[in-house]
Amino acid sequence: MTTAVETIQDTPLEIGGRTFQSRLLVGTGKYRDMDTMVHAIEASGAEVVTVAVRRVNLDRSKESSVLHFLDPKRVFLLANTAGCYTAADAIRHARLAREAGFNDFIKLEVIGDEETLLPDVAGLLEAAKVLVQEGFKVLAYTNEDLVTALRLEDAGCAAVMPLASPIGSGLGLLNPFSVRTIKRRLHVPVIVDAGVGTASDACVTMEQGVDGILMNTAIAAAQDPVAMAHAMRLATIAGRSAYLAGRMPRREVAMPSSPTKGMLD
Amino acid sequence: MDVVINGEHKEIRGGTLLDVLAELELDPRAVVVEHNRKIVRRPALNGVTVASGDAIEVVHFVGGG
Repeated sequence: MTTAVETIQDTPLEIGGRTFQSRLLVGTGKYRDMDTMVHAIEASGAEVVTVAVRRVNLDRSKESSVLHFLDPKRVFLLANTAGCYTAADAIRHARLAREAGFNDFIKLEVIGDEETLLPDVAGLLEAAKVLVQEGFKVLAYTNEDLVTALRLEDAGCAAVMPLASPIGSGLGLLNPFSVRTIKRRLHVPVIVDAGVGTASDACVTMEQGVDGILMNTAIAAAQDPVAMAHAMRLATIAGRSAYLAGRMPRREVAMPSSPTKGMLD
Repeated sequence: MDVVINGEHKEIRGGTLLDVLAELELDPRAVVVEHNRKIVRRPALNGVTVASGDAIEVVHFVGGG
């Protein structure tokens, strides 16, 4: 059976020479247990899955590698530099991540402020330049600022990832105009990363015409993460489809949908 | 000998980095090792001998966004 969403013609998402069918990318943090994470990723339909680089727990009390639960043949592992506050620290984490041997993609984060987790754009640009030089495919997490996005593209980033709102805030897309502007001006894929709270946020974000959306907390912190992952999958497809369909113009006055002629006297 | 592993002082028997991983019961295929701030690739782990006071980092992938 063909559903309506499957009738929409779309091209695959292409980042750094790799193509993906799903425009939803998901994180693996904050899940209450690994079983829920595995099922949520499955329900999301995401192919790109982010992971973080951290020290091994030497007493091996509980925390084990997320790779015990994810099959790198079935998902594309996108390592991040989350928690890094300097370019040097982010570069160090990126190099360690690449050495794990899966791919040379890195979701680059250089954080500038602890309370808001907003990016340090100077450090971000500095790290992006070094990592691009070293052959990394850099996906740069950044503000919804056009000029920074342009500089990141100039630096050779494979994708630019403006935020919808601060990481883990669930506030949704605060600045659709800026995100649209970034999408309009850049040639590399624009993936909105962080701040989505619920399915309507994902849908509105995709309606701006961006190439994809990345989220973690909105799924992991939902009451039912697996059900929310499914909702996010549908919302991402719905938003993308609506964008491709082209919305009607906005009007300040009403216009009847039914004929005005043929009314009874 | 005393080394610093993942930021903590640890008393180990020593040997190569591969020996250290074995002593810590860590699978070399599942981790990435940094020795005195330099990444040591997996095939080279048994070629690097650890000295007293060395700093070793052993990392892996955990859940993250």
